[in-house]
This record gives sequence, C-alpha cells and structure tokens, in this order.
Amino acid sequence: MIEARGLTKRYGTTVAVDDLSFEVRPGQVTGFLGPNGSGKSTTMRMIMGLDHPSAGSVTVNGRRYGDLPRPLREVGALLEAKAIHPGRSAYNHLWCLAQTNGIPRSRVDAVLELVGLADVARRRAGAFSLGMGQRLGMAAALLGDPGVLLFDEPVNGLDPEGIRWVRNLLKGLAAEGRTVFVSSHLMSEMALTADHLVVIGRGRLIADLPVQEFIAQSSRQYVRARSPEPARLAELLRSAGATVVAETDGSLTVTGLAMADVGEVAARNQVVLHELSPQAGSLEDAFMELTNDSVEYRGDVTTDAAAAARHAPVGALTTDPLSDLAR
Amino acid sequence: MTTTTPPNAVPAGTAVPLSPATGRLSPVDVLRSEWTKLRSVRSTVWSLAALAVATVGLGAIITAVSNNRWRTFTLVERLSFDPTSRSLRGVFLAQLAIGVLGILVITSEYGTGMIRATLTAVPRRPLVLAAKTAVFGAVALVVSEVVTFAAFFVGQSLLKSPVPHATLGQPGVARAVVGSGIYLAVLGLFALGIGSLIRHTAGAISIFVGALLILPLILNAFPASVQQTLSKFLPLTVLQAMISTQPRPDTFAPWTGLGLMAIYAAVVLVAAGVLFVRRDA
Repeated sequence: MIEARGLTKRYGTTVAVDDLSFEVRPGQVTGFLGPNGSGKSTTMRMIMGLDHPSAGSVTVNGRRYGDLPRPLREVGALLEAKAIHPGRSAYNHLWCLAQTNGIPRSRVDAVLELVGLADVARRRAGAFSLGMGQRLGMAAALLGDPGVLLFDEPVNGLDPEGIRWVRNLLKGLAAEGRTVFVSSHLMSEMALTADHLVVIGRGRLIADLPVQEFIAQSSRQYVRARSPEPARLAELLRSAGATVVAETDGSLTVTGLAMADVGEVAARNQVVLHELSPQAGSLEDAFMELTNDSVEYRGDVTTDAAAAARHAPVGALTTDPLSDLAR
Repeated sequence: MTTTTPPNAVPAGTAVPLSPATGRLSPVDVLRSEWTKLRSVRSTVWSLAALAVATVGLGAIITAVSNNRWRTFTLVERLSFDPTSRSLRGVFLAQLAIGVLGILVITSEYGTGMIRATLTAVPRRPLVLAAKTAVFGAVALVVSEVVTFAAFFVGQSLLKSPVPHATLGQPGVARAVVGSGIYLAVLGLFALGIGSLIRHTAGAISIFVGALLILPLILNAFPASVQQTLSKFLPLTVLQAMISTQPRPDTFAPWTGLGLMAIYAAVVLVAAGVLFVRRDA
C-alpha cells in the first residue's frame, strides 16, 4: 500500500509535482500514466525517499520510506535501468544490496535464476545488453521478496519478447497479492498491463480510476463499415443523418448512427457490406482528451504560447510506435 | 553477446521463500556491504596497484640514483643526506593514487546511478557515508602502511656502503615510515569527502589535484613572508616534514601537521555528510 498526501516537489519556481494525492492498493497492477516530463519519476523517487518532497508526504505500508526497518524486505524498485556499477558482476551487485538488509546468498541465486541471468551472474554488468540490464534491475527489485513494487518505465528499450516478459511478471506479482505500481508514458502498454490507473499531467492528478472505466469514459465510440461501394454507402448514411469519414484504407468511419441502423440502411438499399464493427477510439485519444481537459481547466491565465508549450509533451505521444497495439 | 531465455512463469516470491524480516538496518551489515562493493570493482585493484608501484617503485629508483651518485655529492649534501626521506619520496606520487581511489569510492556511485540502489537499500544516509568512510579508511591505512614499509626496506637495501642507510630503530625513522602511511590514508579520506561534495569524478579529481599541487604554485606568487606563513598549511609541506627524520625549520612538527590534515579531512567529510543527507539523490 502506497499513500501520497498532497505530495509536492518544486525546483526553484518550477513545480514538478503539484499537490498529488492517491493510493496504490495491493493485488492489482496500478499504472502511473503521464506524458514525458509530467512528474512520474520524481514522484517515484519521493516514494523511495531519494528526493525530499517540498510539501506533503508519502508513505509505504504506513511509514515514510526512511523509517522502514528493513526497506528491501518491504519495497522493491526498478527506478532506472542504470542503477548498476558496470564494473561489478551481477552477482556482486545483488550481494552487496542483499547484505544491507540481512538477505541470504541463497536468495541472490534464486532471483538470478528467476530473471534468467544465472548463467551470466559472474560477468561484469557493463557487458550486459539493455534487456539483461533491465532483468538485473528486476532481480534487485525482487531481492527482498517485497510486498510493494515500483517500476519506472520498465519496458523502455526492450524488444517485444522482453516487453511480454515484464508484462507477465507484473501481472504475476499482483496476482500474488502484492502492490504493483508501474509508470509509463505508453497508454497502449498500460491498457495491456494495468488494472487501475493514476493519470497525471503537469504534475497534477488528472484521473484515478479502473482502466476499463477510463477507456469507456473518455473514448469516442464509432462504427466502421466496409463495402465494395463505399461512395454510395457514404451518401446513403449521410442522408440518414450520420457523419461519415472515408478512410484511406477504403473503410468508412461512421458516427451519429447506431451500428444496427447502419446495417438497416445498407440492407434497404441492397449495398453489400464486408465489414460492420463497433470501434472505440484509441487509448492515446482518450489520454490526450484527458490531458487537454486539464490544460484547459488550468488555462485561465495562459497565453497562446504557454498553451502550445503545455500541449507539446502530450503531442509527443502520437509518435508512439506501439500505439497500434491498443486498437 | 549471450542471450538468455526469459522464464515464462513468474512465481517471484515462491522460488525461495525468505524467512520473515526481522531486525533493523545495522551498521555491521552496511559495513559488510561496503566492503563487498570496494573489493568487487577493478578500479580498487588498479588504484591500489598504482599506489604500490608509485611508492615502492619510485622510492627504489630515487634511492638507487642517490646510491650511484654518492661520489659526486658535496660534503654538505653528504652530511644532510636522509636515507629514510629518500626511500619515501614515492609517497608524493602515491598521493594521486589514493586520492583518485577515495574519490571514485563515492563518485562512481553517482556516475553509474548505483547511489539510488544504495540509498534504496539503506535510506539512513549518515550510515551509508560513515560505512563507506570507515571501510575505505581501513583499507587505505593497511595498504598505505604496507607500501611505505616496503618502500623503506627496498630503498635501504639499495644503499651500499659507504652510503649511509637507515634502520627503524634510529631516531625519527619509524615515525617517518608509519606517519607517511597514515598521511596517505588521511589524504584518501579528504579525497572521499571532496568526491561526496562534488559527486562527479572529473570535477572532484580536479579540485583534489588543485588543492594538492596547484595551491603551492599560486602561493609562489605571494611575498616571501606570506609564503612562509601559509605554506606550512599545505599538504605537501606536511608530507615533507613527515618523511624527514630531521626537524625542518619552515614546517609544522610531523604529528602536528598530520593533525592538521586530519582536521581538513574531518571538515570536508562533515560538510559532505550534511549535504549527503539534505540533497536529492
């Protein structure tokens, strides 16, 4: 269980995290979602006691991180892929961490086995590939068999196999009843992994709700139709009151008319349909809608330039190469 | 590059169940961990090897040259010849090796991000810095003593009659040898403090080298009276007094100088400790 209360972090006049309050509960994967630079990593570092909050507080299992008697036995974290001395072997890296918290050597061997690094445990970590480094970070997080786990962008830079491995690991850990808090700027990844979402933008809380609710609440519903006579079908649907957009792949995106009615119109006019399917807007759309709302809500004193600047990090999401996976 | 097959099932906790957590973070555990860290990276081995080569090797070369050139020495040179001091000249170079290691002990954690893993495991920051200081200080002291004694014995063995050589029983000799080793360890702690304050290897080494070697050059620009007063406080002057068996007019007494070095190290380490606790990692 993680509880943040009015958590705030200022760097000079910049507010990185702004009065953030949320809870992360056990037994589910909680996604921590926000554009790059929205304050996710800063929040995670404050949870782990690495950065000092400017105001507010955050506790893990009811205590400040620094007050945990054996921190690694309660909390494990993968904050960055690179929290490893490249000259030290994987085994020694884990062993020097284990020693501080009274964790036996047998557990070091066990986590190396678990993440599939047992064969290279004696090799210098600097020679590891990105994926192997990420696994070593995972092993460090799991070292104390903790009930609370934090992962900051754990799939960054991983290949598809590595991504699937991380996803399964996170779900498995949550299924064991642990508290799993994982940050990402990828909506698509969160949709596949998380059960619950904490969404932030510009350091402020935007949403705190189950993933399904988030998708249903925020995304536009529409109907996709395919026909050998797209132009005629589009004309007929428009006259029935729908808004129709012809897509480049030849399909029609129909809004303002229920799917059944689209079928009726086609049947009455004897237009052949090859596809008729309900569609939900992409998660990125939903995410951007949410973050845009928050920008508008706070926009009472903004100039156009400032508003544009605020949109910029959100816009970066559209280049996400994995966004199609969520559709 | 070896690729590893990822295991599919993920029974994270069930693989090896840990006994329930008991106790708190203890200084002994943190000391053990810092010892593991220090001995598991190559930079430690290389720095200590450099320390040994500089102290023993350079000392041997300088002593051997003195031995061979004895016939050309003037009477004054012969009368003031200090075989102990000659054999310990390598300590001047060894300062750089121990300084670099002291700096790396802490800056390598910042450079690699390891510091975040360290502070996640041990959020009690004063404990982390104290353990680091203690482990490095102990290793630096033991190794420095071994190499200064080695330099002394190797050096003396190279001085052949009629060139006089020193024995540990002569006045001031044991003090010079033991004291030089302690000086190196204290200087290493000073460097560790600088490293913790600066948090970047290159920057910390620059400041360390500046304090050690550039400060005397700057002092040269001042009037002689100012130079005389201030140069006593320089580490190099303290070391000069320490390796000599004879008292020198323009320096503090050897142990007084070493006390001064200890104060420098303590001030820097306390400042480092305060910032270590306050700053974000």
